[in-house]
Amino acid sequence: MRALFKMTWVEFKLFLREPIGAFFTLIFPLMLLFIFGSIFGNEPSELMGGLGSVDVSTPAYIAMIIGTVGLMSGPISLVVYREQGILRRFRAAPLRPVTIIGAQVIIYFLMTLLGVVLLVVAAHLVYHVRLPEAPLAVFAAFCLSLASFLAAGFVLASLMPTARTTQVVAMAIFYPMLFLSGAAGPRQIMPETVQKVSEFLPLTHVNILIGDLWFGEGWSLVSVAVLVGMLVIGGTVASRTFRWE
Amino acid sequence: METVCQIEHLCKAYGSTIAVNDISLDVQRGEIFGIVGPNGAGKTTMVECVMGLRRPDTGTMRVLGLDPHRQGYELRQRIGIQLQQAAIPDRIKVWEAIDLFAAFYQHPADWNKLLEQWGLADKRKASFASLSGGQRQRLFIALALINNPELVILDELTTGLDPQARRATWDLVRAIRERGTTVVLVTHFMDEAERLCDRVAIIDQGQIVALDTPHQLVGKLAMGTRVRFTPGNGFDPVSLKDTQGVTSVSREGSEVIVSGSGPLMAHVAAALADHNLAPSDLRTEQATLEDVFLALTGRQIRD
Ligand SMILES: Nc1ncnc2c1ncn2[C@@H]1O[C@H](COP(=O)(O)OP(=O)(O)OP(=O)(O)O)[C@@H](O)[C@H]1O
Ligand SMILES: [Mg+2]
Repeated sequence: MRALFKMTWVEFKLFLREPIGAFFTLIFPLMLLFIFGSIFGNEPSELMGGLGSVDVSTPAYIAMIIGTVGLMSGPISLVVYREQGILRRFRAAPLRPVTIIGAQVIIYFLMTLLGVVLLVVAAHLVYHVRLPEAPLAVFAAFCLSLASFLAAGFVLASLMPTARTTQVVAMAIFYPMLFLSGAAGPRQIMPETVQKVSEFLPLTHVNILIGDLWFGEGWSLVSVAVLVGMLVIGGTVASRTFRWE
Repeated sequence: METVCQIEHLCKAYGSTIAVNDISLDVQRGEIFGIVGPNGAGKTTMVECVMGLRRPDTGTMRVLGLDPHRQGYELRQRIGIQLQQAAIPDRIKVWEAIDLFAAFYQHPADWNKLLEQWGLADKRKASFASLSGGQRQRLFIALALINNPELVILDELTTGLDPQARRATWDLVRAIRERGTTVVLVTHFMDEAERLCDRVAIIDQGQIVALDTPHQLVGKLAMGTRVRFTPGNGFDPVSLKDTQGVTSVSREGSEVIVSGSGPLMAHVAAALADHNLAPSDLRTEQATLEDVFLALTGRQIRD
């Protein structure tokens, strides 16, 4: 327990010292908010069911943060740890793998949550964005989504040989998924075939799940099922294929 | 004598590469045990099995009475490990790293003292990435000692250190032993093994080719002793052939090399004194572990 606590604290400090990870989790979503907010404003629009553009974008940006952390920051830093021999050094101490992975997961949860809170507070203060109807349900959906994306990310980490390839592959998976999922722009305005394709992408389901709960439309069970499935399968595969070196 | 580490018939292959091929040895409490051999000999693989970081294909091991593979967690509470290839995060500070590692152990040492002992006290707030190679190495040694281990395994301790730092490190290794800690030292520096170790296992191609004290290993070589000097003008070195203990006399450039056995130096010096000669560069050449390796394998250790 003491080991996990210390490890988490050190990982927290390391996270803050790592400008790229901190930037994409904490700052980048705010940049998007203000850029698109200043372009489109938040006037209610017929096309979006009486909501403003920032209203719709805010939960979508949350999905984007989850995807960035789960598919990019998570696996890349794990592979860097493996590639540089940091995991080897930890393993030579009396440490169980859960302590190492546990500390990382805790930090990702806290930092992603912080990123989300910053985003929502800024969106609310500046653009008077509607706050979620069911904040606890949104929080639960956030936890499920992040857990299943981290699980998938750790599978990716096991499969990839080097940090360099992890970065390339993670980007090749993440960016198309980001644009198709609606996390970077409303899905409603996409052609129907594209919308159909996007239903097969996990990030779309994060977007749907959180968006629906945000606007009081209840749980999308299909999305819950997709994400729980990804968590269970990803978690199992990741723990079976975990490599120290 | 108490055995702290017992290895019997250890074998480990990576695919078709046989890294360790039937190695058996015992390490006694309180000694500095050296494992030397050329690159790729299987030293690291062997000690990683002992640490419980690799699973051997066959063979049995007991380390501090524990099975390294099944009781790895308990074992690593009690041993210190310095790995040949390892790192800690670039941005971690020296004090954070050692404080973190202290939290992994039930009975950690005072890390402030360790940092002082290893000359890192003024680097406390430096990040790992900003340390020099030698400072990193010393930090890894301090991390290996953070749990007051009964046995410490150091893999390539002085690689990357300059000669002065190497010598300083040797003193520190002796100091570790003075505290009662058994040391297993893996190295490909023969001189390091010779100076530092009580006993040495020479490993080549996954097998032990010799195991004894450095003194015995060199002694067994029966290469005899050689004395070298530059003679003054007009001295015919052939006259030394009749000196007691001398078997041959040869020339190498301007130098004379006298080979023989017994207290050769004393006899040669006496014979030279009879000729009123006292060459200032008169010196003995002893066989080294390098010669032992060459004699046993027919190869230079670094080829
Ligand atoms: N993880 C691995 N996978 C495949 N082969 C390996 C692996 N580790 C070591 N080997 C091979 O096993 C043999 C022994 O390697 P090992 O690292 O044990 O040697 P060593 O004596 O420690 O050498 P060095 O002095 O270079 O550190 C070498 O031929 C090496 O190529
Ligand atoms: Mg080695």
